[in-house]
Amino acid sequence: MAEVKTREFVSASDSAMKDASLRRALRQVGGGFNEARLEAIEEVSWETWEEWREEARRTKIHALENLDYYLELLHDRVTAAGGHVHFARDASQANSIVAEIARSRNVKIATKSKSMVSEELDLNQSLEANGVEVYETDLGEYIIQLAGETPSHLVAPALHKTKEQVSELFHQELGVPLTDDIEEMARVARRVLREKFLSADLGISGANFLVAETGTLVIITNEGNGRLCTSAPRIHIGITGMEKVIPSLQDLAVFLRLLPRSATGQRLTSYVSMVTGPRRNDDEDGPEEFHLVLVDNGRSRLLADPDLREALYCIRCGACLNICPVYGKIGGHAYGWVYPGPIGAIVSPALVGLKEAKDLPHASSLCGACREVCPIRINIPRMLLHLRHRLAESPLETENATTTGERQAAQAYSWLMSNPAALSAAAKVGRLVQKPFVSGGKVSKRVPLPLVSKWTGGRDLPALPRQTFREMWAQGLESVAELRE
Amino acid sequence: MTQRDEIHASLFVTCIIDQLYPQVGVSAVKVLRKHGVVVDFPEDQTCCGQPLYNSGFTQKARQLATRVLDSFSLSDYVVVPSGSCAAMLKVFYLELFAGDSELQERAAELAGKVYEFSEFLVKVLDVGDLGSRFPAKATFHSGCHLLREMEVRQEPLSLLGRVEGLELAPLPQADTCCGFGGTFSVKYPHISQGMMDDKVSNVLSTGADLLVSCDMSCLMHIGGGLSRQGHQVDVRHIAEVLEGLPEEGGQRLG
Repeated sequence: MAEVKTREFVSASDSAMKDASLRRALRQVGGGFNEARLEAIEEVSWETWEEWREEARRTKIHALENLDYYLELLHDRVTAAGGHVHFARDASQANSIVAEIARSRNVKIATKSKSMVSEELDLNQSLEANGVEVYETDLGEYIIQLAGETPSHLVAPALHKTKEQVSELFHQELGVPLTDDIEEMARVARRVLREKFLSADLGISGANFLVAETGTLVIITNEGNGRLCTSAPRIHIGITGMEKVIPSLQDLAVFLRLLPRSATGQRLTSYVSMVTGPRRNDDEDGPEEFHLVLVDNGRSRLLADPDLREALYCIRCGACLNICPVYGKIGGHAYGWVYPGPIGAIVSPALVGLKEAKDLPHASSLCGACREVCPIRINIPRMLLHLRHRLAESPLETENATTTGERQAAQAYSWLMSNPAALSAAAKVGRLVQKPFVSGGKVSKRVPLPLVSKWTGGRDLPALPRQTFREMWAQGLESVAELRE
Repeated sequence: MTQRDEIHASLFVTCIIDQLYPQVGVSAVKVLRKHGVVVDFPEDQTCCGQPLYNSGFTQKARQLATRVLDSFSLSDYVVVPSGSCAAMLKVFYLELFAGDSELQERAAELAGKVYEFSEFLVKVLDVGDLGSRFPAKATFHSGCHLLREMEVRQEPLSLLGRVEGLELAPLPQADTCCGFGGTFSVKYPHISQGMMDDKVSNVLSTGADLLVSCDMSCLMHIGGGLSRQGHQVDVRHIAEVLEGLPEEGGQRLG
């Protein structure tokens, strides 16, 4: 499985905030996606959009509630079309399945189209350890593979890189001249990757959707690389999470409308590839073998959890990342695992362990923008709150990560706010105690209390006023003169 | 309600206004009284429990929420000069008490009575002439809970549009969070302040000398940044602006 660095959230997000080129990259790309999304919705009308969202959500609820049935149906239909279905309990089992297929078929070179699940499994590393050369063929993925990095966005994996950085990378790794022409960079990548497509024995793809009734794997791309990966090599392995299954082709339609619009503001992506089994006798091309690897890797835990299940409805459009003001500040890598942003703050703790990723559910101002843009209406803030609840109050040692200090602070706050008389007394004491720290109506000196000093690091804090509202009310509001210091 | 002077409303002043910005509570009371509302203030009220709820201390938040249910059980209306605290009472209590049908029923009863301050003025009182002046060039910041939980969007703008002398400049990226986020602001101050910096830039880009909001928590945060960075932008709760400034040489209005 991919390396988990979620414990480093605080330092990683701090470094990200100080990374000027990352800030520039985030500003340029993030906002553009969201504007395009809004335009695409307005084109079809908000009313229609809401109908689509409702339909898609209903379909996901139904598919996940009957997942056992649809997985079996999918298995039968893929098998009937001449493909092979493998179920993988966890990352290591998934990697072994793929490695075994590669080994037994003497695979030397593999091309890959974009797949977040393969990132989750760290599949490339596993294949390389088994002697297979792996080439990412999505332009963004190719860039980060060359750079030895991981994706920072669900849809635009190299979003964190500026074009200057990419040009420099191509110059160093491929020996091509520096350029600021993005199309020229794409041409370079295409030239390199064409050779790989032609020499690859194995093509690996993810899946945006799996259609149970027809046994069809659906991928949508803009570069056509997915189509080459799934058709040129003699073997195609599709690898994805088991939650991607939907009942029918009829159901697919609404997702094909929602996903591109939510992701990039496109009405439709340039390519929609639908793969059903390997090449048939009368087909001119296509792979000789088709394998579908369905990965659990913690998803059944989410499925069994009524409070978090809706995280499985996610279609990885990235709209919640594009709108999230926290993601917009820190980018994807700071989250410390494969899935960044608001949805990642739910999925990562669920898949790598809540305590391991205890900072992520708190990495949100709970502004609710993610819920507002989600095409499946996933209530992300509600789940973040739920995870915070488990971290604070779960009786399970595996979930509860609250420090004694935090527990005592909550206890003290709760006690104070349950005793109005004590609150009034505390305000009086506060007014006396604050004197040495206050001038001009605000706290002007460093107060040796972490809560206060964390606030005043970059913001002024008003001094406690001469009277609280409740004191003024008790005296009768008419007698009150000007209060502002 | 047939006659305005029969409207009784209880003020849930919020702990931040009670403890840090009492003048906002005073303004809210004055504006409500000016429009014929008989205002009461249940004196055993404290905090809605949101800081605990958002930190995951659901059980402790329930204790405070139960106090609120008790304090306001007899109220006709509960007026809250904060979109965020209003959302806690109106929306999140229902989730907080999920699984306890009796308390959830009481929460639902409370929810039906809760209005954010500007929402109350428009939806319940249907105020026409405000009779207040506040000469300034202002911009308005909407808190996220006001927008997305209370779904109050036009009410404050419509009220501010009727304040004499107040010029209202639209705030760019108005729907983006300012970065306060309660405990988020002290748990991850670096991210919170990064978001605040964007909000400060947007406020400054309007050329406004006054920033108005329905939430003192956002204003404490954005105003704290404006002030720390040396910008001369006044920050005011909408109740203060609607109360208005006194006529020159005259009595304070309201």
